[in-house]
Amino acid sequence: MQKILVGLKRVVDYNVRVRVKSDGSGVETDGVKMSINPFDEIALEEALRIKESGQAAEVIVISVGTGDAQQQLRTGLAMGADRAILVESEGSVGSLGIARIFKSIIDRDSIDLVLLGKQAIDDDNSQTGQMLAAIWGRPQATFASQVEWNGDKAKVTREVDAGLEITEVDLPAVVTVDLRLNEPRYVKLPDIMKAKKKPLETIAMADLGVDPGPEIKELSFEPPAERERGVMVDDVAGLVAALKDKGLA
Amino acid sequence: MSKILIIAEHDGSILNSSTAKTVACAATIEGAEIDIAVLASTAGPVAAQAAELESVTRVLILERPENEQAIAAILAPQIAALAGGYSHIFGPSTTFGKDLMPHVAALLSVNQVSDIMAVESSHTFKRPIYAGSAVATVEAPGDSVVVGTVRIASYGAANGGNSAAIESADVSADLPSHTRILEVQSGVSDRPDLQTAAKVVAGGRALGSEEGFDLIYRLADKLAAGVGASRAAVDAGYVPNEMQIGQTGKIIAPDLYIAIGISGAIQHITGIKDAGTIVAINKDEEAPIFEIADIGLVSDLFNTLPELIEAL
Ligand SMILES: Cc1cc2nc3c(=O)[nH]c(=O)nc-3n(C[C@H](O)[C@H](O)[C@H](O)COP(=O)(O)OP(=O)(O)OC[C@H]3O[C@@H](n4cnc5c(N)ncnc54)[C@H](O)[C@@H]3O)c2cc1C
Repeated sequence: MQKILVGLKRVVDYNVRVRVKSDGSGVETDGVKMSINPFDEIALEEALRIKESGQAAEVIVISVGTGDAQQQLRTGLAMGADRAILVESEGSVGSLGIARIFKSIIDRDSIDLVLLGKQAIDDDNSQTGQMLAAIWGRPQATFASQVEWNGDKAKVTREVDAGLEITEVDLPAVVTVDLRLNEPRYVKLPDIMKAKKKPLETIAMADLGVDPGPEIKELSFEPPAERERGVMVDDVAGLVAALKDKGLA
Repeated sequence: MSKILIIAEHDGSILNSSTAKTVACAATIEGAEIDIAVLASTAGPVAAQAAELESVTRVLILERPENEQAIAAILAPQIAALAGGYSHIFGPSTTFGKDLMPHVAALLSVNQVSDIMAVESSHTFKRPIYAGSAVATVEAPGDSVVVGTVRIASYGAANGGNSAAIESADVSADLPSHTRILEVQSGVSDRPDLQTAAKVVAGGRALGSEEGFDLIYRLADKLAAGVGASRAAVDAGYVPNEMQIGQTGKIIAPDLYIAIGISGAIQHITGIKDAGTIVAINKDEEAPIFEIADIGLVSDLFNTLPELIEAL
C-alpha cells in the first residue's frame, strides 16, 4: 500500500452545547470552538499507525470547506500526516459532492486506501464513505472497531446492531471508523512547528470540475422538543411507588 | 402520488421490526403506494411477514445466492436497478440501513436524507442534527428520487393483518466479489431486544466492572427489561458494543428507561429522548441526567439496587 487518504471535517467541538439561532436560520457557530470531527481523528490515527508499521508510504489529509479548515488540516499535519489538500468551497457541499471530490483526488494521486469517520458529529449523516465506495466501485467496511491489514486485504471488525461482524475486503477500499478503533495521539508543540513546513495544497472546487449533484436544501432549524424535569424521590420505597403510580412496576 | 420502495431488513428468516417502522413512516406520505423489496438467498418466509404489513401493496422478491448476507456492495446495485418508477427509496436507520442506503443513493446520483423523524410533505422532512441538539427541516429536490433512512425510534411499527401480493422481481446487475463476511459474533441473550423492549435498564461507568454490571441484569430480569449501557461502560469492557445507547449507538424509545450511574451526556441523551418515562439513579444530584428524568433518585447505586431488586 502506498498512499492513504484521510478526510478531516471541521466541526463544532463535541464539548460545545449547540444552540439554534433565534431566527431558526442555523445553529450558533460564532465564537464557538471548532475541531476535527472526532471520528476523523481516529481515522487519521489509524492511517499513521499503518504508515509507522511500514505498510504505507504516505498519509494525505483532505478537507472540503472554507479557508478556515486549514486549521484542522494543520492539526492533521502536526499529528503526522505528510501533506494536506484543501478543496475550497464557499457554500456547503452534500455528501455526494464530497464523495465525488474524494474520488477525483483518488484518481489524480493514485490512492490505495481511504479512511474516513463513520459519521460527522454536526450533520450526523453517515454517508460519505458508503457513497465513495459506490462511486469508486471498491469495497466499503463501515463502523470499524478493529482492522488487520494483510497486504492486499484487510480484515475489519465492524460494530453492527447485532454485535460484531468480521468482514474481509480486497484493497483498495474505503474503511469508515468507529470510536473504539484507537485513541488518537496528542499533538506536541514541536510537531506543530514542523507541520507549518509541510505542504498544504489549495484547490478551488470549481477547478476540480466536480458536479456536486442535486443538493438537499436546509429550510429551517428548531430546538428539539424539551423534556421537563420531573420529580425527585427520597428512597427506594418512593421510587417503587412512583413506578407503580405510572403502571410501570 | 408517491411510489415508495422500502428495503426489508432481516436475518434470512425473520423480518426485523425496523422494517415495519419504516413502513409506518412511509405511510405518512400523502397518497403513498408502498412496495417492500426482500433481498435474500431464500426470501419466502421474510416476504410472507412483509406482506402482512398494513399499507403495503406489493412485496418484491430478489433471490440470489449472493444475497445470503447483507453486503452493501452486493445489495445496492440490485436496488438501484429496481429503482426506476419509484419516487422514494427508504430503509431503516439501523446499521443495516446506514451501511446500505447511501451506497444506493450514490449509485442513483442523489444525496440521502438520513434519520427521518417526521414527514412534512413528500419531499420535506425533519431530521435531528448535532446529536439531537437541533432539528433541521430539509427539502429533497422534486425532480429526482428521494433516498432516505428512517429514525425508527420516531415511529411505531405498522400493524399486521394485510396480505399484499408477493412477486418475483428480475433485475440484472453485476455483483462484485471483493467483500466477504467471515463471521458475525452476537451475544446470545434471552432478554428482550434493546431496540424493541418496552422497558430498558442501562448502566454507566459507575458500575465499575463486568461483575458490577450484574446488578443491572438482575434489575432488568425483575422488570422483564432489555439492557443497555453508556459508551463509557462499553469502552471499559463491562458490556459488548451492541448494548451502547446514544448518538453513535442505538436510538431507543421504550415506555420505561432507567439510567443507573450514567451522567447524561448529550451523546447519550439523544438515544433515549423518546422514552415514555425516564428514571435516573445517580449519586451526584448535579448530574445532567436529572434535567430530563421524570423520576430521579440521588443515591449510591450499590446500596439502592439490591434494595430495589428486592422491593420489586
Ligand atoms: C463523538 C462522540 C460520540 C459519543 N457517543 C456516545 C454514545 O453513543 N453513547 C454514550 O453513552 N456516550 C457517547 N459518548 C460519550 C459521552 O460523551 C460520555 O462520555 C458518556 O456517555 C459517559 O458515560 P457515563 O455516563 O457512563 O460515564 P460518566 O460521565 O463518567 O458518568 C458516571 C456517572 O455515574 C455516577 N456515579 C458514580 N458512582 C456512582 C454510584 N456509586 N452510584 C450512583 N451513581 C454513581 C456519577 O455521578 C456520574 O454521573 C460520545 C462521545 C463522543 C465524543
